[in-house]
Amino acid sequence: MTISKTSLVATTAMLLSATAVLAEGELNALVWCDHTDPALLEPFEKAFDVKVNVKEYEGTAAGLAILDQSRPGDWDVMVIDGVDVGRAVDQGLLAALPADELATADFFPDLVMAENNTRDGITYAVTEKFGYNTIAYNKTKVDPADMEDMSSLWSGKYDGRIAIYDYYLPLLGLIGLEQGVATADLDATALEALRARAYGLKAASLQVSDVVASQTALATGEVDILIGGGEWVTAVLSAESPELDWTVPAEGALRWSQSIAVLEDSGNKDMAVEFVKYITSPEGQARLATSSCYWGMPANSLAGGVLTDAEKAALRWDQQGDYIARTQLYPVPDADLDLSMQDLWTDMLQQ
Amino acid sequence: MSIETTDKRRAFGFVAPALLWTCAFFILPFAAMILLSLAHLEGRTVVQGYDFGNYIKIFTEPSLLKGIRVSLEITLVVTVISVVLAWPLAWIIATRVPPRYQRLAIMLAVLPFWTSYVVRSYAWALVLGQNGVLMQGLIGIGILDAPIQIMATRAATVIGFVHFFVMLLTLTIYSNLIQLSPNYARAAADLGANGWNTFRLVILPLTLPGIMTGAFLTFVLCIGDYITPQILGGNNELTMPQLIMLQLGRRGDFPMASALSVVLMALVTVAYALSARWLKMERV
Repeated sequence: MTISKTSLVATTAMLLSATAVLAEGELNALVWCDHTDPALLEPFEKAFDVKVNVKEYEGTAAGLAILDQSRPGDWDVMVIDGVDVGRAVDQGLLAALPADELATADFFPDLVMAENNTRDGITYAVTEKFGYNTIAYNKTKVDPADMEDMSSLWSGKYDGRIAIYDYYLPLLGLIGLEQGVATADLDATALEALRARAYGLKAASLQVSDVVASQTALATGEVDILIGGGEWVTAVLSAESPELDWTVPAEGALRWSQSIAVLEDSGNKDMAVEFVKYITSPEGQARLATSSCYWGMPANSLAGGVLTDAEKAALRWDQQGDYIARTQLYPVPDADLDLSMQDLWTDMLQQ
Repeated sequence: MSIETTDKRRAFGFVAPALLWTCAFFILPFAAMILLSLAHLEGRTVVQGYDFGNYIKIFTEPSLLKGIRVSLEITLVVTVISVVLAWPLAWIIATRVPPRYQRLAIMLAVLPFWTSYVVRSYAWALVLGQNGVLMQGLIGIGILDAPIQIMATRAATVIGFVHFFVMLLTLTIYSNLIQLSPNYARAAADLGANGWNTFRLVILPLTLPGIMTGAFLTFVLCIGDYITPQILGGNNELTMPQLIMLQLGRRGDFPMASALSVVLMALVTVAYALSARWLKMERV
């Protein structure tokens, strides 16, 4: 194919002008900590000559509260728990995405999650990353066979050697699974029945900690087990700490997935859509999967062509089919149940 | 117009900028916080009202009430330990270190102030951990057979706080001590007081302004601190600032966060009222 100099110059000029039109200077994103990695943001910022301002939040309730108390248009993009996209759609917070421009055809089929990300045929969000809240452990310090049975955490054998990941949704989901309650069946009555079990787990634990403190505790040997942990803890440490491992126990575990969406009130929707397209591109997905805050499986299968073999091994790329089959999505509480879950969690922390 | 009236207006003119500043950046925001504390959360929406539901919940909900108790216990223990450690240190610097080296001694005493508060807390986490410097040292010299748990306990939080506040109290007490004339001790000795009585009846009362000023600052900073208990306490018991952060960062319950903040402010006010008698800044 021959391309004349004139058409090349014209195409370049067109692309540059398109970029210039898109470049509104700044893009404001409400995100999880993995999106704050400069290695993820800088390629997009350079390509589109835009500054991406990120604000971290934790837990959908907090994210929705931030939106509620912001001015319309303050935020352009939001990363949200996959199971909570519907809540945001119900509140009219999310803009329709151009489905035909998204790379969902290249996604792992189970991770398209159209039931979460679309409503009445309109796509409001797209899955970007997933993984598991399960049991991470130091295989040189605990019996790996015990980790296949979640009840061993309450047996007394590992008292004082356990850290609890400080996020009530997956942890109450896991305790529910240990008690035979599916996450979809977790209602107010079932929740109250988990109270004693939650207190018991707290009593057996050394600490309740966030992402960084959890990783630190496991890596430094402060604890030997992290309940709620998974590849997001161990993969990033795979080179330095090969003794760290994780498993999905017989009772099952929780599967987390995060979606990315454009906010309805955004004044910079075109740029926001470009950001979504970048994040879900193979390159963006590979960078997001290996973000410095935590690792996780990319939703786009083509990211496998960008990730190294070592990175894919750390993420257990080839075992995802089995894990997906044995894990459940997060509970999806309504506002009242969500507050009840948080109250229970606070009560547990104060035990 | 009388001269007196003119003087009053001129005096008010000098004070006005400070009043405006205080009004704009303290009184109005605090009033807004009180107003918000009377609102409540319906679902995920803040509904402005004028009820005391959040305050009732704070004093009836065991987990919230415990937050107040834990904060007060930690703060009082830290304040007492810091005073007990800081007074002798300040006294040694003021009376036993030659005057030309006192500035150096004070600088060395406050050196840890120069590092970031967060970094200092994480450093303590590394020192106090099961595999930390302290445990490995104690095991190495045979004092312990196995590590004992300090990290992720209240003791770790108290140690982190005391390290910080001893420096602060040393400064305020030292500033007070160097203003004391040695004639007080001599006069006490002339009147037959022994060393202990001179300390107990003369020196210690005269340093109370420095002690109380430092203790009050310690109380205010300690009870409002989020970082140290969060990093060193392991989330095993929540203090009031941690509960406030939980309301803000996770529940999105700004009214409850405001109510907890008002209660925190009330505790600080009570501490001020109790110590105001001794808070004479010009003596420090």
